[in-house]
Amino acid sequence: MAIERILKDDASEEKGERARMASFVGAMAIADLVKTTLGPKGMDKILQSTGRGQTVTVTNDGATILKSLHIDNPAAKVLVDISKVQDDEVGDGTTSVVVLAGELLREAEKLVASKIHPMTIIAGFRMAAECAREALLKKVVDNKANEEKFKTDLMKIAKTTLSSKILSQDKEHFAKLAVDAVLRLKGSTNLESIQIIKKPGGSLKDSFLDEGFILDKKIGIGQPKRIENANILVANTAMDTDKVKIYGARVRVDSMAKVADIEAAEKQKMREKVDKILAHGINCFVNRQLIYNFPEELFANAGVLAIEHADFDGIERLALVTGGEIASTFDNPESVKLGHCKLIEEIMIGEDKLIKFSGVEMGQACTVVLRGASHHVLDEAERSLHDALCVLSQTVNDSRVLFGGGWPEMVMAKAVDELARTTPGKRSHAIEAFSRALVAIPTTIADNAGLDSAELVARLRAEHNKEDSNAGIDVISGSVGDMSELGISEAFKVKQAVLLSATEAAEMILRVDEIITCAPRRREDRM
Amino acid sequence: MALAFDEYGRPFIIIKEQEQKTRLRGLDAQKANISAGRSVARILRTSLGPKGMDKMLSSPDGDVTITNDGATILEQMDVDNQIAKLMVELSRSQDYEIGDGTTGVVVMAGSLLEQAEKLLERGIHPIRIAEGYELASRIAVEHLERIAHKFEFGENNIESLVQTCMTTLSSKIVNRCKRQLAEISVKAVLAVADLERKDVNLDLIKVDGKVGGKLEDTELIYGIVVDKDMSHPQMPKQIQDANIAILTCPFEPPKPKTKHKVDIDTVEKFEALRRQEHQYFDDMVQQCKDVGATLVICQWGFDDEANHLLMHRNLPAVRWVGGVELELIAIATGGRIVPRFQELTAEKLGKAGLVREKSFGTTKDRMLYIEHCANSRAVTVFIRGGNKMMIEETKRSIHDALCVARNLIRNNSIVYGGGSAEIACSIAVEAAADRYPGVEQYAIRAFADALDAIPMALAENSGLQPIETLSAVKSQQIKENNPHCGIDCNDVGTTDMREQNVFETLIGKQQQVLLATQVVKMILKIDDVISAAEF
Repeated sequence: MAIERILKDDASEEKGERARMASFVGAMAIADLVKTTLGPKGMDKILQSTGRGQTVTVTNDGATILKSLHIDNPAAKVLVDISKVQDDEVGDGTTSVVVLAGELLREAEKLVASKIHPMTIIAGFRMAAECAREALLKKVVDNKANEEKFKTDLMKIAKTTLSSKILSQDKEHFAKLAVDAVLRLKGSTNLESIQIIKKPGGSLKDSFLDEGFILDKKIGIGQPKRIENANILVANTAMDTDKVKIYGARVRVDSMAKVADIEAAEKQKMREKVDKILAHGINCFVNRQLIYNFPEELFANAGVLAIEHADFDGIERLALVTGGEIASTFDNPESVKLGHCKLIEEIMIGEDKLIKFSGVEMGQACTVVLRGASHHVLDEAERSLHDALCVLSQTVNDSRVLFGGGWPEMVMAKAVDELARTTPGKRSHAIEAFSRALVAIPTTIADNAGLDSAELVARLRAEHNKEDSNAGIDVISGSVGDMSELGISEAFKVKQAVLLSATEAAEMILRVDEIITCAPRRREDRM
Repeated sequence: MALAFDEYGRPFIIIKEQEQKTRLRGLDAQKANISAGRSVARILRTSLGPKGMDKMLSSPDGDVTITNDGATILEQMDVDNQIAKLMVELSRSQDYEIGDGTTGVVVMAGSLLEQAEKLLERGIHPIRIAEGYELASRIAVEHLERIAHKFEFGENNIESLVQTCMTTLSSKIVNRCKRQLAEISVKAVLAVADLERKDVNLDLIKVDGKVGGKLEDTELIYGIVVDKDMSHPQMPKQIQDANIAILTCPFEPPKPKTKHKVDIDTVEKFEALRRQEHQYFDDMVQQCKDVGATLVICQWGFDDEANHLLMHRNLPAVRWVGGVELELIAIATGGRIVPRFQELTAEKLGKAGLVREKSFGTTKDRMLYIEHCANSRAVTVFIRGGNKMMIEETKRSIHDALCVARNLIRNNSIVYGGGSAEIACSIAVEAAADRYPGVEQYAIRAFADALDAIPMALAENSGLQPIETLSAVKSQQIKENNPHCGIDCNDVGTTDMREQNVFETLIGKQQQVLLATQVVKMILKIDDVISAAEF
């Protein structure tokens, strides 16, 4: 009697070695895919979407690349997920985490092939990861107390992050920009309050940070183009026709005259509303919703600058910078907090007119205007800047700093190697493998830069055998250099997240001995 | 095929369109069923025990689940075979009843089927086998009762509970910090447990997770965590000693249920209506303010106008809070859910010592913590982890641990794990078999053999020699008359499970034996499978 099929027709099942192989291969393929983008000399990828327009993205941000891939292999999906989490959590290191997880699995595959049980490998990996973390913790530098030093730390981190991106040419400029922007947040990690405006034209060098706030809107016609000492009312209210909200109300009239009456009443209502708003003693009114011609005209008559249709983020930021509150009712002008700023004016960037609020009170938000040759450049620049901002804002909260350029990996590898030597049993093979996987990161950085990785990594290892070495790979000169002199730093939080989530993901994939794939849901065939 | 002839030799048609249907009868049907059941059990067999492996499941939509929880694996497996579906049901009912041991029950059923097949080949009638199994299962359950221990625990003495939860967690991926998670689970259960009635309402424990951070950051919050933020960005992010108004009515003008129309035909009416509407919003906020509320939690949304009025009057508010969460908040804060503004009174407000908003990561994720509640009978386990699959798996593991802790509060008897209980039962059943005259004796012996399958699988998964290890442990149990000897999965060096602190709940084990026997009996009784033709 033949064994009957247990699963549905299209579902498949893979077991034991085959399953493990499928997941290893999938995970390593993903890691190899993003591997070449690692490091300051990493290359970019072009992504072409299959959707309408076939939009093209050029990037070397690991998370962005992986997000846009269509993947079928379940193990690969785990890697994509960790890179996404890394992006959400710390913002940078999205490539490293995938590469490290891939290397761990590559080493694990060899161990499995030499008949070591996956559970033993996992036990070894866990010990190694814990030991690596300890090693990093011992070496961290915390300059929180010294503001001057802390700022240089931030600058270094920003420069290191940016050096692998498209902005590397102007990293000095952008690093300063990012550090200034993040310091303005005063410890908050809410990056929403840093607005990035992209305007094609000019060169990347022309990008600047504006102390105040720039709103990508035009000033209504016939209204003042420049206001000094502005009192701003930030509002979210309907300025078209203010509907009666009571349910079931409707207008029913029996003569034309009455229609006219009601229209007049509606107009009167709007006029009253505008009067009430004006009673706040303002000279600038910013609304999230539409402003119709009629009220706009009323505002113009009163010499008030009225800006309509600011998006919700814009409103929130504006409220944040000017210190006003977002108002929706206008009956008690005395208790509404107005926003203030020294100067509102219309400025030109490229060919577009924007409204600039300068001399704001709170200064918790700011605007970065990016200029660049094309949309692709701008998009990539924005992603790079976003990475830098994320890392910096996390560093402000957790100010522990490490050197970069493969230094942390070598420190960890050294500690893990020592652990392997003192651990009895089969686990020591796994621990040793872990250290090999760690070394793969500086190797990849060197490879991507076209350097002799074997030579460099060997020299690096020798260098690290001395006490308190600061040696790392200096990609620019192609040799081993002192990271503290070169000013290459990375945030501890990023490295820790890379280490832990890569180990977790590798462990997860290793534990699998069977893959069951359900039949893909059928889509309706459209003719 | 079923074909009958009448006295003139014409065939009757008994089953509609019978030539298109496949039909299996007699021994063939039983063997086909048994082999289907066994192949399901074979999938789960490698997941058993602390060294068990995980399965990766890819759903029809391409979502990936990695788990070693038997019930979850079977549920997501897209099973088509009817008998295999019975096995799925089996592990699900163990999940509902006990919450843990979902893998073990399937493995046991599989090995019972395997033994039954051998007996069938020797020509024993399936009903006799089923009866024998029934007798044997009764002996096993009674024996479990005999070897069970009761242990004492109290509010302050939770060590034994934690140990039991750790046994459950050690087979999951989270075993890296099983101690911490076990403590969290036990504390959570004790916080909501009704020790006098010996009952625990697990609905009061909310298990929530967010990706990011590491597993060690998982925490137990004596209060509620809601994945929402304040309705207005400028409302205070932290409120001390909050009086919470819990509303299920929107901050909007009322919508009477009876049909009505308001006709506006004159300017005066228009004006009047406008004023009234205005008044209405003001009144709503005023009513909340009057009773002394300092935080409004609302099931519905509110208008921009209402939002601003609330902000203006310094009354923070949260909107679009789900019904279940609302109930939990009401329980935790001791407040009442108020359906109308008119019914709002000071007594109906909930009290919480601290309400705060916490943001995560670089995205704009914020969550609302409601802590130090008047009545801490609702708690939240908040899980952090490196990726989505990890969080999901941790949720399942915590669920198992919570169930175990609950079962212990209901019934504080435990048996020892590591396969020791199964081996002890197997010896008892084997010994009892000789007393039964008749064919059942064979079935009872087969049952004893089947019980050995679990320790065997444990040993196999741990990389030990299965037969050698099992026979060594078995002889040790008989020699020393010690039912606590089990498989030393973690290579600790002792086979005494009391020293290793590996416990399982008595009711969980009993349920496993009973459920597995029931399903096997059901499968054995089937002797005819008629399935519709493939289209």
